Amino acid sequence: MAIIPLTTPLTEAQARSLKVGDTVELSGRLFTGRDAVHHRLHQGVKPPVDLAGAVIYHCGPVMVKTGDRYECRAAGPTTSSREEPYQWEVMRDYGIRAVIGKGGMGPKTLEGCQKYGCVYLHAIGGAAQVCAERITRVDGVDWMDLGSPEAIWHLWAERFPCIVTMDSHGNSLHKQVYEASAKALDALKA
Amino acid sequence: MSAAPSSPSSTDIVSKPLVASLAELIRVTSTVLPADVVRAVDGARKTEDTGTNAAYALDVIDCNIGLAKQKSQPLCQDTGSILFYVNTPVGYDQIAFEAAAIAAVRQATKAGHLRQNSVDSVTGGNTGDNIGPGFPDLHFHQWRHDHVEVKLMLKGGGCENVGATYTLPNPKFGGRDLKGVENAILDCVLQAQGQGCGPGILGVGIGGDRVSGMACAKTQLLRLLDDRNADPDLAGLEERVVAKANQSGIGPMGFGGKTTLLGCKVGKLNRVPASFFVAVSYMCWAFRRQGVDLSADGGITRWLY
Repeated sequence: MAIIPLTTPLTEAQARSLKVGDTVELSGRLFTGRDAVHHRLHQGVKPPVDLAGAVIYHCGPVMVKTGDRYECRAAGPTTSSREEPYQWEVMRDYGIRAVIGKGGMGPKTLEGCQKYGCVYLHAIGGAAQVCAERITRVDGVDWMDLGSPEAIWHLWAERFPCIVTMDSHGNSLHKQVYEASAKALDALKA
Repeated sequence: MSAAPSSPSSTDIVSKPLVASLAELIRVTSTVLPADVVRAVDGARKTEDTGTNAAYALDVIDCNIGLAKQKSQPLCQDTGSILFYVNTPVGYDQIAFEAAAIAAVRQATKAGHLRQNSVDSVTGGNTGDNIGPGFPDLHFHQWRHDHVEVKLMLKGGGCENVGATYTLPNPKFGGRDLKGVENAILDCVLQAQGQGCGPGILGVGIGGDRVSGMACAKTQLLRLLDDRNADPDLAGLEERVVAKANQSGIGPMGFGGKTTLLGCKVGKLNRVPASFFVAVSYMCWAFRRQGVDLSADGGITRWLY
């Protein structure tokens, strides 16, 4: 597998050049954002960071504070489907170019990827140490009132590994696997 | 079952060796995958074709298992619900044990072995120390041995969310027999896809009520992955579910592939004539469960997995 190196922020052309099945390694700024962040953005609260070209990571890390610095102890992806009602709006309103998570997302997000030029990147769920090794710095945090796992953490990544599973051309690996597995299991019914 | 906040009087009776033992149990559970699960993951790696996304996912998982152990840091950042299953001699002080468990959870949270995971369901406030109603969740049973046995399961939200309770009969799955049960279980696997961080392990409870059925499903996960169900009907069902799930093509992380389940463990409870529940608890590959036997002074005498 040839690995595609990417540095954030991403351009629309970069996002649109990626296809389902591509393996990528992201370097640069990643912002975490999960359930409470998406809910708050949906309510109309403006994000405290510039999301143009940004990558949002569905992740609630384990952070330990030593002195005035945070250390990222574990940082794998959380299930993305919970952001399905909101994600397309964040693409439309703020110009994010990639979302990292796990488990894939639904039709609204897939349409958003097509319309606004964004891509869904799948990290390996449960692999919090492999992911944390590629987070070399924690540069800040916003919305800590949401609690540590739900806050917006400003992570710095070096070669963070992901697989493209939803692209801007209307393809979703998750849709393909769901349909094929439903058919296979139906044929195996007791 | 919900943990009450520790009162000043209960902190006085906390045994220090017991707190240290429970904190160590939490650390090991969060950071070291049990040997039976490691063997199952190794087996899965041999079955996936090289160069596939499935093989890639399992390679990353393998690497993660090694790193977590070496660094003594959480396998997964979602350190989950904290479920203690405790067998005690008759007359053992459960109130003191609960106070010790609370102290150990606080300690493990501070040390970064547990994430701050206890959130008020109405206000959204995070208690910051993993303590609160239902945190930790303690299940006590008495037994006729003279030592205490503690099993701990840390169950992340991603896999917990894809669990389900089915009722039979159901036109989609069938009637109140093992065929209906099997079809319901496989529907849970289909709906979960990769969202529960597969390859997964299923705990299943047939019968009971909505609480006892799911409790039975979860305690099935305390069994060793390579054991064999003593009930031949259930043993057959377990084998069929794993074999069929692994022909579904869902694969690790839902990327497609040959390994969708690493195991399926089924228990049964009697039911009232009107009800027939099939409770399915999905466990992720990062199957964090460990256990210890304790000496009278609270020290660890044996690791169970």
